[in-house]
Amino acid sequence: MSVTVKIPTQLRSSAGGAAEASVEGETVAKVLDGLYAQFAELRERIAEGDGSLRRFVNVYVGGEDIRFLAGLETPVADGGEITILPAVAGG
Amino acid sequence: MKADKLRCKECGTDYPLEALFVCDRCFGPLEVHYSHDGELDVPGLRRRIQGGPQNVWRYADFLPLVGGPPGPSNRLASRAGLPAGCTPLIRADRLAERLGLREVWVKNDAANPTHSFKDRVVAVAAARAKELGYDVLACASTGNLANAVAAQAAALGLRSYVFIPSNLEEQKIIATGVYGTNLVSVRGNYDDVNRLCTELSADRDWAFVNVNMRPYYAEGSKTLAYEIAEQLGWEIPDRIVAPIASGSLYTKIARGFQEWIDIGLVEGSLPVMNGAQASGCSPVANAFAAGQEFCQPVKPDTIAKSLAIGNPADGPYALDLAKRTGGRIDSVTDTEIREAIGLLAQTTGVFTETAGGVTTAVLRKLAERGDIDPEERVVLVITGDGLKTLDAVRGSYTTHEIDPSVESFEASAAHLTGDAVSA
Repeated sequence: MSVTVKIPTQLRSSAGGAAEASVEGETVAKVLDGLYAQFAELRERIAEGDGSLRRFVNVYVGGEDIRFLAGLETPVADGGEITILPAVAGG
Repeated sequence: MKADKLRCKECGTDYPLEALFVCDRCFGPLEVHYSHDGELDVPGLRRRIQGGPQNVWRYADFLPLVGGPPGPSNRLASRAGLPAGCTPLIRADRLAERLGLREVWVKNDAANPTHSFKDRVVAVAAARAKELGYDVLACASTGNLANAVAAQAAALGLRSYVFIPSNLEEQKIIATGVYGTNLVSVRGNYDDVNRLCTELSADRDWAFVNVNMRPYYAEGSKTLAYEIAEQLGWEIPDRIVAPIASGSLYTKIARGFQEWIDIGLVEGSLPVMNGAQASGCSPVANAFAAGQEFCQPVKPDTIAKSLAIGNPADGPYALDLAKRTGGRIDSVTDTEIREAIGLLAQTTGVFTETAGGVTTAVLRKLAERGDIDPEERVVLVITGDGLKTLDAVRGSYTTHEIDPSVESFEASAAHLTGDAVSA
């Protein structure tokens, strides 16, 4: 099953310039692992050593912040969409 | 001082002074960095500030414009957009007395062109956007920013796009649409609007004042601290009570004081910084109470819509500041907010919107809890006008309707109310 990951401008240089990627995976964690497999540089940019997300990185599944869902274990449906965005906006 | 670069607050990576807000390396927020050239003439700087215009540009030495203030203005005239700032600092003795305190001042930022402190941040962001060649302003807003962006764009002859949550107070929607902006009402809460604007900003050549222009925008809040210090006779108060939504205003007030301490314009140390949130949206107060260094986002449900940010960008920095200065971050209920709007209005003559009710209610809570030494000089930061949130006080008073006759007046309860009336 395939999921679309939307990549923010700040990360596109680490993703070969791509604005989105198609990745396999049933949970956010698995999709991110698949994304890092495609673009190894992305891992250190958004994740800590233990795989958790850096504190200024927000990840959304279907428009909802995964912190309101099941975090990295949030399931992602086939054909679903994951959006990665910087947290430091607004106010 | 002169702005010379943007610097990541997390990892220290430097960037040019462009429309950037996030560190490419660690996703941390970028902040304007200033350089000192040579020996600072403190008395000269003080005189220059005192002789400057009656708006935020009197502090141009501490603001991130490369080309200096945006056009000539003097004490009375502004030729560069809506003049923000230089709002009254009011000694509030009757409020202090009610709370058992000695010295309380109210910084009334409702006295800005669109009636909230947001005119300060938009003045700076819009001026920098013009320097960078943008001709469209945009923002994600809980209401006050919407008013400020739409008005400033109109004043400067720029186009604008304003994105708001669809459940906003009617007063704030009307007072935005009237300026002829492209008003976009989003079916979602502020955090949804903010996410949308972060996505939109990537592919559009617009100056989103609180997204890609955020480093410049945030600097505008420092002018609140500069004014408070200048209005107190170049002194720093003992304590500040300010509202927290994203945490930007709260942290930048402290940064403003710190800059002036560092260069010797004022003496002393940072005030105790108290932050105020509504219980219906208190991610930063929750984290403070739990002793955490980061905030768990929440779904807002409060009458204080201008503070209804469930996912506060500067939350970690606000938590650090409260701890560092011996302050706290507290929350208050909607009932306490309504009561505090009345308390402030009836003891100072200042009618504030719900955010000011939050701030006043937290001051009251601190005083009642004995957290404030009665000898302290406290400044209460009131960020917006009560006319923006009329529903919060609807039905909180009595109107006496009578016939136009002396008999009718004397037969009604009206002649019994108030201290000065005697029949």
